[in-house]
Amino acid sequence: MASTHSAVPPPERVAARDARSAQNAWSGVLFGVGLIAFCDEAVFHQLLHWHHFYDRSTPDVGLVSDGVFHAISWFATIAGLFLFADLRRRGALSPLRWWGGVLVGAGAFQLYDGTIQHKVLGLHQIRYVPNLLVYDLIWNITAALMLAAGIIVLVYTRRRAPSAK
Amino acid sequence: MHSHGGNGLLSLDTMLGLAVLGVASLYLAGTVVTRRRGRPWRRMRTASWLLGVGTIGVVMIGPLAVAAHESFPAHMLGHLLAGMVAPLFLVAGTPVTLALRALDSRQARVLSRLLRSRPARTVAHPVTAAIINVGSLWLLYRTPLAEVMFSSAFVHSLITVHFVLAGYLFVASLVGQDPNPHRASFPVRAGALVAALAGHSILAKYLVAHPPSGTTAAEAEVGGMLMYYGGDIADAVLIIVLCLQWYRAAGKRLTPVTARLADG
Repeated sequence: MASTHSAVPPPERVAARDARSAQNAWSGVLFGVGLIAFCDEAVFHQLLHWHHFYDRSTPDVGLVSDGVFHAISWFATIAGLFLFADLRRRGALSPLRWWGGVLVGAGAFQLYDGTIQHKVLGLHQIRYVPNLLVYDLIWNITAALMLAAGIIVLVYTRRRAPSAK
Repeated sequence: MHSHGGNGLLSLDTMLGLAVLGVASLYLAGTVVTRRRGRPWRRMRTASWLLGVGTIGVVMIGPLAVAAHESFPAHMLGHLLAGMVAPLFLVAGTPVTLALRALDSRQARVLSRLLRSRPARTVAHPVTAAIINVGSLWLLYRTPLAEVMFSSAFVHSLITVHFVLAGYLFVASLVGQDPNPHRASFPVRAGALVAALAGHSILAKYLVAHPPSGTTAAEAEVGGMLMYYGGDIADAVLIIVLCLQWYRAAGKRLTPVTARLADG
């Protein structure tokens, strides 16, 4: 176990990580989408009751988008974790790259939720208050920051294998 | 009032009870024949089948069945149990494997030829099964069929049987362990599952927005939320089993080198 955390990883492990570079990123992205969707459901729907299961003004197209992304995020949470377990068992996990993927998935989903779903499709608002703009700005800026940070981490940790060129 | 019991010898409840017992007995008879032939049969599979059949019995006979005619939320609970929970148990009982072992070789060949036929393969494909499953829900709740169902105990029972069969078909097409020479690839199965889950979630909220005929808005809201979150739980089990099958299959392809790395 100790060797897993040693400063210089053995060449075999580096090779295994490089070979599974995409899987590291995708596992993180899927889990990130699921994580942020779960936070949305648990915190904003169930605990704070800011979001509504269905508000009377949501058009049908909003319900379609909600259902599709609900299904994708539910599957992504579980599939992302199984991909993570697969990376661990292969000794190919790159934690930093995985977290970069999580940030990209979470940021992209929250940005989609905050712009397209809440604003364009008219699915429920973040909170039913007069100064909604403040909530929208905080929501979407947080999302953009997560997305940007995730992209930077993914670029920084991308495979430096010579076989690419 | 919708009579569900009645006192006659051939009341609906009596017939349903006999049918449920018949399905359980047939399976048990199969396990007896299989063991007599010296072939093993896991008790867990028998237990799973009986749990599935028992779940159907709870939905179709007794207090839940009576309540399901009166209230939309109770009907929805019945739908979740019959269409999503019972099929998980029934599929884990691998009835086709049991039949192939219990039947004599000539009959078994006929059965396997039947299951390999083009119509059977088409119906058992995950995409077809998902369309049948979710499509019939949309048809039921968006047409006057819903009203007919709530006014007739017999139609309600027929539709419950349909839920069970459609649910079985869908679960078996995704994670069934019975012999299937034409099993769809993992991405196709995952896609069909996500699409069906989406169709189920959309319908759940759509029912709150547009209650089915003969249902009040308040009932539709409780029923819709039950459908949404209850469906999530049942689908989470399906997703976990599907991913676990992928994980195990991928594990078998691991080379000794990667296995050694993982230990390090």
